[in-house]
Amino acid sequence: MLTNNAEAREEYRNIWVVAEVLAGEIQKVTYELLGAARGLAEARGSEVWCVVLGNQISSQVDALFHGGADVALVVDDPSFMNFVDEDQATVLTRLIRTHKPEVVLCGATTRGRALIPRVAVDANCGLTADCTGLSIDPENGDLLQTRPAFGGNILATIRCSNHRPQMATVRPRVMNELPVDTSRTGRVITGKLEADEAGGLKQILKVFQDSENSVNLADARFIIAGGRGLKGADGFKMLKDLAERVHGAVGASRAAVDSGWVPYYHQVGQTGQTVQATVYFACGISGQIQHLVGMQSCDFIIAIDRNPDTPLMQLADVAVVGDLFEIIPQLIKEISRT
Amino acid sequence: MRIVVCVKQVPGTHDAKIDPETKRIIREGIKVVINPFDTYAIEAAVQIKEEIGGEVIVLSMGPSRAITVLREGITVGADRGILLSDRAFGGSDTWATSYALSRAIETIGDVDLVICGKQAIDGDTAQVGPGIAAHLSWPQATYVMDIADINSGSLTARRMHEDGWDLCAVKLPAVITVVKDINQPRVPTLKGRLAAEKQEIPIWKAADIGADPERLGLNGSPTRVVKTNPPQGRMKKSVVLDGPVEQSVRRLVQELRQRSLV
Repeated sequence: MLTNNAEAREEYRNIWVVAEVLAGEIQKVTYELLGAARGLAEARGSEVWCVVLGNQISSQVDALFHGGADVALVVDDPSFMNFVDEDQATVLTRLIRTHKPEVVLCGATTRGRALIPRVAVDANCGLTADCTGLSIDPENGDLLQTRPAFGGNILATIRCSNHRPQMATVRPRVMNELPVDTSRTGRVITGKLEADEAGGLKQILKVFQDSENSVNLADARFIIAGGRGLKGADGFKMLKDLAERVHGAVGASRAAVDSGWVPYYHQVGQTGQTVQATVYFACGISGQIQHLVGMQSCDFIIAIDRNPDTPLMQLADVAVVGDLFEIIPQLIKEISRT
Repeated sequence: MRIVVCVKQVPGTHDAKIDPETKRIIREGIKVVINPFDTYAIEAAVQIKEEIGGEVIVLSMGPSRAITVLREGITVGADRGILLSDRAFGGSDTWATSYALSRAIETIGDVDLVICGKQAIDGDTAQVGPGIAAHLSWPQATYVMDIADINSGSLTARRMHEDGWDLCAVKLPAVITVVKDINQPRVPTLKGRLAAEKQEIPIWKAADIGADPERLGLNGSPTRVVKTNPPQGRMKKSVVLDGPVEQSVRRLVQELRQRSLV
């Protein structure tokens, strides 16, 4: 039953961060969220808790304290080695009912975006997806959640006054980690997976870390993206080379993916991924609206194309007119020369 | 196998407008299209039907003109469509939307599999698929890029993640959400179009799905949009470099260095 629990809202305290654990490692987005949670907790006069569901992760708990957590609520269980969203949602919902956090934050990753909506339904509370801004309303202490919608064409601010906890998934790379403070310590609360919480609804048969083909566009500071102008798979080798020099990731337009030049993992835009990199290089991409909505929130956009009049060249902060097969090798040379 | 595909009508990309009162997307009087991800969901369902038999039902919640997206689904192979349309559904957030859809799925009955697109291109939340699964207490597989196997009791699918993929088997009934990589939607045929035009599409109201009115629409939505803003415009000071390559590149690197980006 979706009960409005506004009267009981004073019972809900503390800002929670649900850790993202991948192959046994707590991921960077967790520390970014701890940074954001710290500010919120200070505004609310409460604590930052980091909830970790993982397998043999106790050695990483100190890093959570160094990154801003006051409490680590750890459920260590071999079954958390893989991502079984149903069981994780069951455990998280129980922890929420027991400890009553005021705010729950989770990374807006493929895993976070699968897990947290289940928890929000089970815990009868509101959830805002893909936030890029979080603050506390000084009037009543509500969490104000800002998120882009329509591929970044609007920014909406959302609140959830009558339900606790207030839940949000937050985009990676948007919040700032705190400087590591090795003098910080905290409390560890150890939880466990109850016998009836392993539902047996899902079995993970195989896990494949696809370092060759997969690309973490959401997490990349630099994205080097190519389109039809690259003329083929070989063109993308050149982009990969540039991406390696700047520790970036390779993106692609739909046209390039549909032509089979690069796998779908790389696609940026409406039917691919929405990205928010610091620098976006668009090489030979004309910039159909479906592509623009996936990348227009990037901070600094550079376009390279023969045609100066394409939508992307118009949008770009720096538009380089010319043959990208001459420009990119020259750019690689120039960047390497330091 | 009975498969329900949830589809959404979304504003065409060029037409995003916001109601200053409700702060929600204005859906009246603008061109709407089927959410692009949902076309992959329909194709996945139709392929399963062709392989192992069964029925594909397209389900949508929205104003009466959302019938057009249901007809689109029938055109490319769905057997029938159902529209949830009632004032009581208005203003629903993802919690209330997934509740209403889950009630409709229960009302349809004997459903083995629900397929949704990864997310809708207007809200971009990706929350409704897992929300439906949670309301029904069914397992889920999100960001599915490949269905490796399906039989009457279980489904094996490859889930795409940022760092690769995993292969999971879920018990049926289940909810899956699919990405574009899963298939190539078929092109509608004239025959399909004629069949779709002839179909009667039932419209279900809140009472028809036995929904608790307290959990529907704005009442049943924990979240409230308090304001919407256009994003900060880009600093419109484009630098155009159209000189010789070496000169342009040097200047570009300079621009990056000034911002400490390289």
